[in-house]
Amino acid sequence: MSSGIGASVKRKEDKRFTTGKGKYTDDVRNDNQAYAAFVRSPHAHARVKGIDTSAAMAMDGVIDVLNGQQLTGDGIGNIICGWAITSKDGSPMNMGAWSALATEKVRYVGDAVAVVIAETQALARIAAEAVDVDYEELPVAASVLTSMKDGAPQIHENAPGNQIYDWELGDEAAADAGLASATHITSLDLTNNRLSPNPMEPRSAVAKYDDAEDHYTLYTTSQNPHVARLVLSAFYNVAPEHKLRVIAPDVGGGFGAKIYIYPEEITCLWASMKTNRSVKWTSDRSEAFITDAHGRDHVTSAKMGFDDAGKIVGFKVDTIANIGAYMSLFSSSVPTYLYAPLLSGQYNIQNIHCNVRTYYTNTVPVDAYRGAGRPEATYLVERMMETAAREMGMDPAELRRRNFIQEFPHQTPVLMQYDAGDFPKILEMAQETADVAGFPARRAEAEARGKLRGIGYSTFIEACGLAPSKAAGSLGAGVGLWESAEVRVNPVGSIEILTGSHSHGQGHETTFAQVVADRFGVPIENVQIVHGDTDKVQFGMGTYGSRSGPVGMSAVAKALDKVEAKVRKIAAHALEASEDDIVIEGGEVKVAGTDKSMAWHEVGLAAYIAHNLPEGMEPGLKESAFFDPVNFSFPSGAFICEVEVDPDTGTTEIVQFTSADDFGTIINPMIVEGQVHGGVTQGIGQALLEQVVYDEDGQLLNGSYMDYTMPRAADVPSFHVQHHETPSPNNPLGVKGCGEAGAIGSPPAVINAITDAIGTNDLAMPATPQAVWRAIQAGAKSVAAE
Amino acid sequence: MYPTKYHKPASIADAVAALNGGDEAMLLSGGQTLLATMKQHLAAPSDLVDIRGIAGLSGISANGNELTIGATTTHAEVAGNVDVRRLCPALADLASGIGDTAVRNMGTIGGSIANNDPAADYPAGLLALNATIVTNTREISADDFFEGLFATALDEGEIITAVRVPAPSKAAYAKFAQPASLFALVGVFVADSGSGVRVAVTGAGEDGVFRHAGLEAALTGSMGDASIDAVDISDGNLISDIHGASDYRAHLISVMAKRAVLSL
Ligand SMILES: Cc1cc2nc3c(=O)[nH]c(=O)nc-3n(C[C@H](O)[C@H](O)[C@H](O)COP(=O)(O)OP(=O)(O)OC[C@H]3O[C@@H](n4cnc5c(N)ncnc54)[C@H](O)[C@@H]3O)c2cc1C
Repeated sequence: MSSGIGASVKRKEDKRFTTGKGKYTDDVRNDNQAYAAFVRSPHAHARVKGIDTSAAMAMDGVIDVLNGQQLTGDGIGNIICGWAITSKDGSPMNMGAWSALATEKVRYVGDAVAVVIAETQALARIAAEAVDVDYEELPVAASVLTSMKDGAPQIHENAPGNQIYDWELGDEAAADAGLASATHITSLDLTNNRLSPNPMEPRSAVAKYDDAEDHYTLYTTSQNPHVARLVLSAFYNVAPEHKLRVIAPDVGGGFGAKIYIYPEEITCLWASMKTNRSVKWTSDRSEAFITDAHGRDHVTSAKMGFDDAGKIVGFKVDTIANIGAYMSLFSSSVPTYLYAPLLSGQYNIQNIHCNVRTYYTNTVPVDAYRGAGRPEATYLVERMMETAAREMGMDPAELRRRNFIQEFPHQTPVLMQYDAGDFPKILEMAQETADVAGFPARRAEAEARGKLRGIGYSTFIEACGLAPSKAAGSLGAGVGLWESAEVRVNPVGSIEILTGSHSHGQGHETTFAQVVADRFGVPIENVQIVHGDTDKVQFGMGTYGSRSGPVGMSAVAKALDKVEAKVRKIAAHALEASEDDIVIEGGEVKVAGTDKSMAWHEVGLAAYIAHNLPEGMEPGLKESAFFDPVNFSFPSGAFICEVEVDPDTGTTEIVQFTSADDFGTIINPMIVEGQVHGGVTQGIGQALLEQVVYDEDGQLLNGSYMDYTMPRAADVPSFHVQHHETPSPNNPLGVKGCGEAGAIGSPPAVINAITDAIGTNDLAMPATPQAVWRAIQAGAKSVAAE
Repeated sequence: MYPTKYHKPASIADAVAALNGGDEAMLLSGGQTLLATMKQHLAAPSDLVDIRGIAGLSGISANGNELTIGATTTHAEVAGNVDVRRLCPALADLASGIGDTAVRNMGTIGGSIANNDPAADYPAGLLALNATIVTNTREISADDFFEGLFATALDEGEIITAVRVPAPSKAAYAKFAQPASLFALVGVFVADSGSGVRVAVTGAGEDGVFRHAGLEAALTGSMGDASIDAVDISDGNLISDIHGASDYRAHLISVMAKRAVLSL
């Protein structure tokens, strides 16, 4: 079937995206449009002593200037973190108050203190500069290592020592005993660098208050508009749910940063009511750098013990994570339940213990970013394995093989039950494609050219398809993580799929349609995906954590089951056959073994005309379903990276990158390949180029593309991507999710390759030319010296 | 962006008049630096005087062994020009390595040297090539023109009209790009005029582009990469920032100088 599951169908949405006809939030222009600009703190930590708006208010075209006292006075609630983490001593996490517009204190550079509403965007921005805020500067803790120190500036009153929680997972005594029995212990101190997500489309919000109906509409750049509505309504008291419509039109990338509900959306909604105007705010890139939630920012020290045979006997991890100035929506879960449960990697490890402490700092909030927790776990585990292999004089692939989990389902000591996989197989596939056997010859040839060549592995697992609601709830999540779908077959046979998943670039309009085409044999042109609007789709949990495939499509599959059952009944009745003999294929509904059949659209018409339906059947052909997974899905992969380092400058070139992924069932290989390319490129960005830098006063030093290095096409090689499919038994399609694997698996492969090339185990991300040059100087490995 | 008044004069005289007419008027050429600064509210000219419509300010001509490059000539034009390629291919190479395609199609040589960014490429080329900067009022040697960080010998309201470059007997430019901006983290331009070697370094100096006396002496003595090893490249007065500390920059000066010499 040319457009069904497994076909590389071209993306239906690309016509509008590639011809400039996409409709994004900033493209929305309402009657009576006004524009917002935020007055933002230039200080990382200060008391707000007064706000003088008179100069701004006096400007022609300024409609209003609103502040935090007014906002809280109107009952707008504080921004919340939706996942409660309990410290190991049983105490709840220390969540500090976060008002959309700061009232008494600002806690990071960019914290909003007021908003100007004006007739044009340019004017709003100029007027925002004319707002005079009287700040009393306070001492700053701009890094987690500063804020955790005794006597560090206190950022939130209710978080003594700036600590949010001190949490653990696993059995510490068992891990200690394992380590005590080890014949070799590898120790590593690592940082996971802080990253700015940088989706191509900056965040934007357009709010419209209708005073006649007392009703609000919000257009916003969201990965999950229903969650936005729920939170805006239930926690921020902007409006009750039935009086608030949230629409996320085309969304130009998110990478996690568009999951959360930010101060700007809340403020625009409220300001729209205050001014009785439609209020629009669109971030520019500079504003994005200082206000979009950042990712990662961990400091970890860990020990892994091995026995004589190279088997892992204990793994102990101590991690300190930076949460930023406030707790963003999922911030608490990223360094805990999205991280520590992945520390078993692809390996059979009996004894794992992980302790995580999180702290506030005077920096923008840190939350989930492509991979969220899993890249941090993978980076640690895979650097560990490579380092241990070197220390023990073993082949790093062999060390991995000796520890691979081979039987499924597999219960780890850190909560997870892995569903399916074939780790030796994907490693072998990657090794073959990467021609590992030919590496020594390539290294020698590179040396002759004055280059240091290295090879590095990463064999990793991730947990996708967030998440079984009950399990998530028992771990502190404030929401269930199921997904919903509705299938509407129209009287003419065309089909609309309403889904609570929401594409921000992944191509749902194509892949979801393929699932339908596959089921009924209808052309995908006859299938329309409807998403991103709370008035059209009843509810949904949105797109993140590679969940749209395993959870969102599964809900569609479940609704399709119901449609199919009704179609069989209608056709069996009309064709005077038994339901069991009905087959649906190629757009026809047939009676097996006969020439009796109905065209697909005839069944649709029959359902709506309702002249000849089985006794008691309701007319119409529309079904809905909620799918709550029984478990996460567990995509796995084997990546091999080969680099050449120029010892004179420290420049790294990635000369070969091979991936072998197990995503379970693949719906559209072309789209999956694109996800791998993008993810690996992002991981290469983390490994080689990207790093958010704050100075000790909490000023962002690289808040523009002139200083923050994004990966470019020239920084990456032509990838060798391949797949092995072991379907997940936990959802009807067997899909596991592919959106994050590349970003999760690639950083350690790159660093392992560079450290192999230059002969050290001590190299931090990003491995910039300067960092690599210094490591070479320290280790003094150069071609000349050999 | 703050409101500003846009002018597009057809002559230098009109441009001067427009410059004098505004409170805080500024020249606009390719806009690749100025417009970004205005968008960030870091510059607020009352008037923008766009000189790209003035006849004769754009284009390249060769007179014997000398190139004249009009102030509003784009980087892309310099990179692709046959006379530049013939008389001074190193300068064409330099231009072809500035920023990205969009920047090269808009940015101009006059705007670049008037701005004198400490990491810009042209200042190194013009200094090493002993070029002359021609303005509406006078001629200034490159040695006198580049004064420091974003500072030049230009007077208020003075307009660069052209740059004159004597063809070297050989020259080469080696650049190690700052990975984000693609400006020079360190760029070294080596020019042998036949009567002496001049070496200019950009991207590294705390006071902007500078000539390196040690490298010039060594290479005038013997043109070869081995001469460079003997030169002590101190990290004093070199920039340290998030992209590279001064000792790394000092090291790169040596490496880039060698690469330039090897490609002469
Ligand atoms: C993404 C990016 C990457 C870049 N990478 C590089 C790089 O790798 N190397 C590099 O060298 N540069 C780089 N640049 C800068 C680029 O070369 C600009 O073209 C240059 O700095 C300014 O030239 P312009 O013509 O755009 O000048 P404008 O931006 O128009 O003006 C710059 C300044 O010069 C003044 N001015 C302009 N023309 C004259 C004149 N004739 N007489 C007197 N004053 C004048 C203006 O008033 C203004 O103050 C980059 C720029 C960008 C945006």
